[in-house]
Amino acid sequence: MSIAISQDTTTVWFYACNVNDVPQNGGVCVKYDEVQIALFRFARREAWYATQNLCPHRQQMALSRGMTGTHNGEPKIACPFHKKTFSLEDGRCISDDTECSLTTYPVKVEGDKVYIGIAQEA
Amino acid sequence: MKIVIIGNGMVSYKFCEKIIAKIPANTAEIVVFGEEPRPAYDRVHLSEFFAGKSADDLLLASAAWYAANNITLHLGDPVQQIDRSNKTVHSYRGITEAYDYLVIATGSSAFVPPIPGVDKKGVFIYRTIEDLELMQDYAPRAKRGVVIGGGLLGLEAAKALLDLGISDTHVIEFAPRLMPRQIDENGSRILEQQLKQLGLQIHTNKNTSEVTGDDTMTGLRFADETHLEADMLVISAGIKPRDELAKLSGLETGHRGGIIVNEHLQTTDPEIYAIGECALHNGMIYGLVAPGYEMAEVVATHIANQVSSSPAAKKTFTGFDMSTKLKLIGVDVASFGDPFAPVETSRSIVFEDTMKGVYKRISITNDGKHLLGGILIGDADAYNMLLQTAKNKVILPPNPEDVLLGARGGSQDAGPGVLGLPDDAIICSCESISKGDICSAVEAGNETFDAIKKCTKAATCCGGCTPMVKDLITGTMKAQGKYIRNVLCEHFAYSRQELYDLIRIKNVRSFDEALDHYGAGDGCEVCKPVIASIMASLWNDMILEKGNDTVQDSNDRFLANIQKGGTYSVVPRIPGGEITPAKLLVIAQVALKYNLYTKITGGQRIDLFGAHLDDLPNIWEELIEAGFESGHAYGKALRTVKSCVGSTWCRFGLHDSVSFAIQIEERYRGLRAPHKLKSAVSGCIRECAEAQSKDFGIIATEKGWNLYVCGNGGSKPQHAILLASDLDSETCIRYIDRFLMFYIKTADPLTRTATWLNKLEGGITYLKNVVINDSLGIAVELEKEMQQLVDRYKCEWKEVVENPELRKRFSHFINAPGTKDPTVRFDSLRDQKKAAEWK
Repeated sequence: MSIAISQDTTTVWFYACNVNDVPQNGGVCVKYDEVQIALFRFARREAWYATQNLCPHRQQMALSRGMTGTHNGEPKIACPFHKKTFSLEDGRCISDDTECSLTTYPVKVEGDKVYIGIAQEA
Repeated sequence: MKIVIIGNGMVSYKFCEKIIAKIPANTAEIVVFGEEPRPAYDRVHLSEFFAGKSADDLLLASAAWYAANNITLHLGDPVQQIDRSNKTVHSYRGITEAYDYLVIATGSSAFVPPIPGVDKKGVFIYRTIEDLELMQDYAPRAKRGVVIGGGLLGLEAAKALLDLGISDTHVIEFAPRLMPRQIDENGSRILEQQLKQLGLQIHTNKNTSEVTGDDTMTGLRFADETHLEADMLVISAGIKPRDELAKLSGLETGHRGGIIVNEHLQTTDPEIYAIGECALHNGMIYGLVAPGYEMAEVVATHIANQVSSSPAAKKTFTGFDMSTKLKLIGVDVASFGDPFAPVETSRSIVFEDTMKGVYKRISITNDGKHLLGGILIGDADAYNMLLQTAKNKVILPPNPEDVLLGARGGSQDAGPGVLGLPDDAIICSCESISKGDICSAVEAGNETFDAIKKCTKAATCCGGCTPMVKDLITGTMKAQGKYIRNVLCEHFAYSRQELYDLIRIKNVRSFDEALDHYGAGDGCEVCKPVIASIMASLWNDMILEKGNDTVQDSNDRFLANIQKGGTYSVVPRIPGGEITPAKLLVIAQVALKYNLYTKITGGQRIDLFGAHLDDLPNIWEELIEAGFESGHAYGKALRTVKSCVGSTWCRFGLHDSVSFAIQIEERYRGLRAPHKLKSAVSGCIRECAEAQSKDFGIIATEKGWNLYVCGNGGSKPQHAILLASDLDSETCIRYIDRFLMFYIKTADPLTRTATWLNKLEGGITYLKNVVINDSLGIAVELEKEMQQLVDRYKCEWKEVVENPELRKRFSHFINAPGTKDPTVRFDSLRDQKKAAEWK
């Protein structure tokens, strides 16, 4: 089964911050209206990821303050509260199969500006 | 071929397990009749039923296991008749089964002495799960419980009564002392003393003449005309072999019970075997599980050989060592080999500590070469090793007392250890698994304890051999040249200690550099904080600079403790717990201004909760202005040095404990370590500062200070151990310098000093040698390194407050600075706020 997003939705890119606003190998929280998005930068590979800021485990707005890393090469984020880890690629919880997954967002960098993509109904 | 087994206890189950392993599948039909309603369960650990284990937990195998192995199991259906001429058995429910081989494993029942009144309500026996269920129903209305029998089973039953909540429990023993068959007089005395301390009342030399009461018992009367009121009685005075069916079938039995068997465990009918507690071999009934298992092995081999084309080596039962180790109500009791070796042919070595309730006696040959047997009360850790030393006639060290006490001083080893045992030494006596079996399993690639348990079955019964099995695993792997590496995670193939040295030698100052030189990938939440901590311990640089901020644990990254809801708590340093009223006022003003919940901590400081991330630099600006510093409550670092008021005010105080605590706290403030560090200074032996529960604690003496190390509270409390006594202040600090640096250099990540010491080879003796006698020749270096850290100390909050770039990072939204997280919610409680409950 596949979800046909691209046909019914378009991606709106909003400006989040400048590249240097984000710590080299860490995250920040970006406000998009009432939504809180965690934005992560892996400076060693200049890779960027974005997920919901809310950790689904205890419903805490904390993931942006978590620690980034890799698990068998897959980028992940560890929540500062109880160290649950989530894949930054698909949002699934790596450390606990029963935990909910994170919403992920696309990120693009143009010059020194970082944009996060939000899917919107066409 | 058809094998019928009468009885389904532990030995019956073991026989099933062994016979199906020894004969090809589908060559024999196996039928088991059991009297109890459930399959065989672990009777050895029966008392755990009251400690919370369910009947299912105690099962050795489920009914499904029998079915899966094609074993027909008839439960609640005892065999009532054996027709030897037609070779059939007939059960209570009318089943008739023919057999080629019949195995009787009917076990034993409780021996109930013929005392008038034992049929009254409130009198129980202690044998089956059903007995336990009856006791459980009755116990709530009983205030005082009594057990008749001061042997193994009696003490087990007494434990059961305590577990049932009957704190007033008495044990009645006919003999002049407890466990007369297993241990000697001194051993009995120490055991009795220990059990009394645990709240058991013990009455020896008591001959019960009557259970008093009408329908329901009210007490016991004894032959000496004394009387003991009680409303519940458990009789556990011995066992009686279940030989009635054998008798009925014309098989020969002993005068005092038991089915007579030969060395193949055959009864007087060679096609009928008897095993376990119903069998009488050479005049002995074996009331332990291990000999029963050995009997099961002998019979299974014997039967399998008669149907196999390639018979295995013949096995016979030649008696069994009755060595045993138990924990009776929390007291270790063990006897092994010949515990009562006569004085003509042996010498004995006795160790007795009446304060700790420890008694150990070993008997050795007159020439001092071999161990014959012994008794251990109160501390039986050495049991397995001693048992194997005796059984295998291992040559004793030149000072045989070393096997009992360990080598004391000097360089001599206390015996060769488990690796020095011969290959046929039995390590797991329940399952009779030899050292050779375990070592070859390890060599075949089973390199974890769980894997060894699974493939050899060692350590699956009583678990007493667990430490030896673990030693054999590591020993065998080392012998194969396998270095058991203790690596950090997938990104760093080094231990913490190795990384500490590498980072020091290469002068590594950032996580990225460490990753470039020694790591792979991007790091993770395991290695990042460890490297950050090592660098902090080595260099004491500002932890948020050089890109190291994001490798700090979350609390270190924001220099505050994250709490429920995502706000932070703030703990200013209050050295020694001493604070002026003016500073108290500042804390109150800050708390009011930023709406913080305040609470006094266990370490004599004040914790301010509920601060928004964005407010932290402002809060600290005000605190620093008033002369406060970071308390490092967020770090794996020195937290607090607690103190009592000491000689300045206290009429008992010997020295000024507050001043010394402040001096020490200011010396080590900000010191980062593998785990948090706590300390305290007490002004006299009354120890009001609780220094003996700290990583390092100091207590004033008439002549100076006593220094204790490696204690901690927390989930596994451990008392600190005296490192040195009557020190002057300067020496005391030098020893602390050396101790802390040595810990920082060598401990695994997140290991408190107590756990570190527990794992340190040589323990406190070794640590004393390093710290006091400078046995490694590093004392000067350790002191120098500590002095560098002390000299480099800066308050990290002061650095943040004064640095606009660093301040900027304390913001919830990167694109809306100054906007606090709108999802944070508080509730109110006792005139203050609290974090809203999370989901």
